[in-house]
Amino acid sequence: MIRRLAYAALALLPALTSGAGEWSGNVGVEGKYFMSDPLFNEQFSSGLAFSIAPEYFHSWDDGRQRVIFAPFLRVDQRDAERTHGDLREAYWQLSLDAVELSVGLRRVFWGVTESSHLVDIINQSDFVENIDTEDKLGQPMVSLRWLPEWGTLDLFLMPLHRERTFQGLAGRPRLPLPIDQDNPVYESSRGRNRLDVALRYSHYFGDWDVGLAHFSGTMREPRFELAINPASGPFLITNYDRLEQTSLDVQATKGDTLWKLELVSRHNFDGRSTAFVAGLEHTFNGVFDTSIDVGLITEYLFDDQPALRTSTRNDVAIGTRIAFNDVQDMELLAFGVIDADTQTSFATVEGNRRLGQSWRLSLEGRFFFNPDPEDFLFGLRDDDYIQLTLDRFF
Amino acid sequence: MPHRLHDTLRSCRALMVAAVLGAAALAGAQTPEERGLEIAKEADRRDAGFGDTRVILTMTLRNKNGDERTRQMHSSSLEVSDDGDKSLIVFDDPADVKGTALLTHSHKEGSDDQWLFLPALKRTKRISSSNKSGPFVGSEFAYEDLSSQEVEKYNYKYLRDEDIDGRAHFVMERYPVDKKSGYTRQVVWLDQEHYRVFKVDFYDRKKSKLKTLSSSDFQQYLDNYWRPGRMEMVNHQTGKSTVLTFSEYAFQSGLKDSDFTRNSLSKAR
Repeated sequence: MIRRLAYAALALLPALTSGAGEWSGNVGVEGKYFMSDPLFNEQFSSGLAFSIAPEYFHSWDDGRQRVIFAPFLRVDQRDAERTHGDLREAYWQLSLDAVELSVGLRRVFWGVTESSHLVDIINQSDFVENIDTEDKLGQPMVSLRWLPEWGTLDLFLMPLHRERTFQGLAGRPRLPLPIDQDNPVYESSRGRNRLDVALRYSHYFGDWDVGLAHFSGTMREPRFELAINPASGPFLITNYDRLEQTSLDVQATKGDTLWKLELVSRHNFDGRSTAFVAGLEHTFNGVFDTSIDVGLITEYLFDDQPALRTSTRNDVAIGTRIAFNDVQDMELLAFGVIDADTQTSFATVEGNRRLGQSWRLSLEGRFFFNPDPEDFLFGLRDDDYIQLTLDRFF
Repeated sequence: MPHRLHDTLRSCRALMVAAVLGAAALAGAQTPEERGLEIAKEADRRDAGFGDTRVILTMTLRNKNGDERTRQMHSSSLEVSDDGDKSLIVFDDPADVKGTALLTHSHKEGSDDQWLFLPALKRTKRISSSNKSGPFVGSEFAYEDLSSQEVEKYNYKYLRDEDIDGRAHFVMERYPVDKKSGYTRQVVWLDQEHYRVFKVDFYDRKKSKLKTLSSSDFQQYLDNYWRPGRMEMVNHQTGKSTVLTFSEYAFQSGLKDSDFTRNSLSKAR
């Protein structure tokens, strides 16, 4: 189905874009190095991967109409599952005075917090691309935006559910058991073709930015079920249940401090559950008479029915964001998340700087500490890694 | 925000108006503070009514060894009569920040509202606007140098008249009202004929001279509004400098409030 959509988008493209559009994008090479020997025989201690992410943009009709076409391709040396492609975006958009209509595959971000993105539900995570779940698959949709005086109203009609991508056996880090990616189980009798609907209102009031949304559809994060294959042993089946989720996200921008809240109330076959992230980011500008800004981030995450866990979740995240404000736009984000109940924790470091005019060097590190055997991070206990990526932008 | 530069210029021009009115007569009757304010108001008045502008900016950042990096962006701004102006800046180059966009709703009083759009994540972030003294994209221009220069944002004091390059100038000091400003004072040179800001000296919190802004290549648009084609900011303490050049100015192209919203921010190219 995705493939068919992609072909349809491809076929539309030349027809829509007889005029001159513009290409941009980037190609990159990444090297990953693990500090310990792998837990599983199929895995390696290092690996290379390549990516290409071009983007075509064209607008006409005085800017009222536009198309965006942004494919993505990853080639991974070790994990055949991570060698994958996607259409991140491929859509046509019509903008009238206070109404916008978009048709195609899009990416949409909701939310305000840093350590977790609870309310961000439109797009499926490209988990094989990065376990931080911040890479997203293009979501097929028809969306309508209305811009009255009193805010922004978005309606999303999503006719196709996309399954989360997962690592293969050679992938690292990965979940400890193999995942059957070919036979997802849908609660809906219409499977992945059941229509998902979302409605969101967002606006700002002085220094408060507020978003209120409801999602009615199939959950993005799968529920895993253990199964046994007589020949190869245990494996995981992915279940995609129906989900009703109401969410609120709020940010108050008070001077150098940003106060943030994301709150969701979910209902599925198992009943109602609640989760929230609340916290703040305070920035010290120009520390020690330099032009460096240092931000301190602290967030608390509560979830009474987290995925991959049987108990509630009480996580505390503490981190820092450093912006060097230099010619290379160097920046660094580092934070640790600790489970207040089990002390299971992980730390993550992400930094990047420009090289010359068109290159960018990025660093990513993830480290796992004290994993509780009940926590899914237990399976990643030997997967501390450092990754360097060099991207060329065009 | 760069196009807020014009507003700066505008204020400066206003500063000079008072002088035009007949320095001799007024000087006797006014305190230097009153005269400074009057000049500021006149410069502001002269630039009122520009409606909206669009412009392409090229920024050249130079370090003390002479190494250069360039950035390109385009910017649009909308005049708001009873409050600060609105502006949208979109980055075109370097390519890794292409599409990054900054929306500012400035206010005559209180802090400005600012949102940043990050195209890689499709994320629109409300950001703190209190970091006025921080460098704008690694340049020698601070955010406050580029933001909407409303008359209310400073206190003024007229110093003297001065001829430079055969042009008669007013020279005045202005003191930022906002405690978050990185400056204790600025010395401003405006030409007496058109109230254009040719030069500004910036003094840091330790009261030492930090930077000098020099503007040149002025052109008049719509038979009324003067804009510089080039601005150079030199940092005396680090030896670094930044040159901003403006091209393809367009005025009154029919921009509306709806071109300066969070929605337009996320679609800016």
